[in-house]
Amino acid sequence: MKIAVLSGKGGTGKTTISASLAYSVENSQYIDCDVEEPNGNIFLKASFSEEEIVNVLVPRVNKDKCDGCGICAEVCQFNAIAVVNKDVLIFDEICHSCGACVIGCPQNAMYEVKRPLGVINSNSSHTFMQGKLNLNEPLTVPIINRLKDKMNKHGVVILDSAPGASCTVINTIEDCDYCILVTEPTPFGLHDLNIAVQLVQKIKLPFGVIINKAMDSDQTIQEYCANNNIEVLLELPYLKEIAKNYSKGILPVQFDSKWKEEFRKLFKKIEGSIS
Amino acid sequence: MKVAITAISGSMDSQLEQRFGRAEFFIIADLESGEYEVIDNKAASETGGAGIQAGQTIINSGVVALITGNVGPNSMRVLNSGNIKMFRGQKDTIEKNIELYKEGKLEEIVDSVASHFGMR
Repeated sequence: MKIAVLSGKGGTGKTTISASLAYSVENSQYIDCDVEEPNGNIFLKASFSEEEIVNVLVPRVNKDKCDGCGICAEVCQFNAIAVVNKDVLIFDEICHSCGACVIGCPQNAMYEVKRPLGVINSNSSHTFMQGKLNLNEPLTVPIINRLKDKMNKHGVVILDSAPGASCTVINTIEDCDYCILVTEPTPFGLHDLNIAVQLVQKIKLPFGVIINKAMDSDQTIQEYCANNNIEVLLELPYLKEIAKNYSKGILPVQFDSKWKEEFRKLFKKIEGSIS
Repeated sequence: MKVAITAISGSMDSQLEQRFGRAEFFIIADLESGEYEVIDNKAASETGGAGIQAGQTIINSGVVALITGNVGPNSMRVLNSGNIKMFRGQKDTIEKNIELYKEGKLEEIVDSVASHFGMR
């Protein structure tokens, strides 16, 4: 069973929720798909024993064969190639590795080479995996695809998504069994929750909402969920005790067994709703 | 001799467009005859690599120089490879900028701005 945790707005507590769930559900696998800023290990403290480099393919030109016709630049859907005075200029960071230039070249002058994009780290038992994009790279999807190749095919997998509702998020959640949408009672939290709701509805995935930093004085998220027939799975209160422990890298489920019990119940609820 | 100028609309009285890759129009002006041609910049609505494709369009148009506001790093690599000289136009009409170019009053652009500068 694959459970994805997303939010729309950043900083609402995706990692707090997904790491707490992974910590509470025995034999689960946690995967940090927020490859631009993986931070789940601040809490789960796995020791990495494996590192795999994730490469993408980028084109190069055999100058002996190239006649500078410019077809490679014309067929490139991403504008990653320009041909100037019969010289082929390739922009690696804009290339999406589709291979159209190689197929399109009438002189067979183009070939592909590997270019490292980032890494995947795992612990020895593979209960923890994270993707990490190299600095200055814009493409997250190849790393998430590789994480998904390596993910457990059976058992419980929890995927900690990036914020937003972009390709990165869609790629993370698209073949999951359930989505947890984490939000907070702020206008931005509500606004971006609404975007995340539209996304999961469009992909037709079952989902529920967790309200982090919940407070009795603000019921806007509860009202939004009630009006739209969305289940609120859990409320994590806005408490100094939780914030203080969080600042030391300690999850609610790690300092209070009551919360561990709550997250186990949450898991049972999700399991029940999709089976 | 022809020069290209980035423009907000497709006429000589249009204002100069400050962005290069995302400019809607390029006006290709023939300095000797005074005639001009308007090119729609297909790259303006691209999701990525606009500067590269716009640079390719400018090179294919056969101009010797480009008058614009700012040039990003990818555009600069393409334009430099094509030996296109770049000049910083003034916040005025296309016509006025051509005059200033002819009088040698426009500053040459030698450094690129950061990528996505025009989107900020």
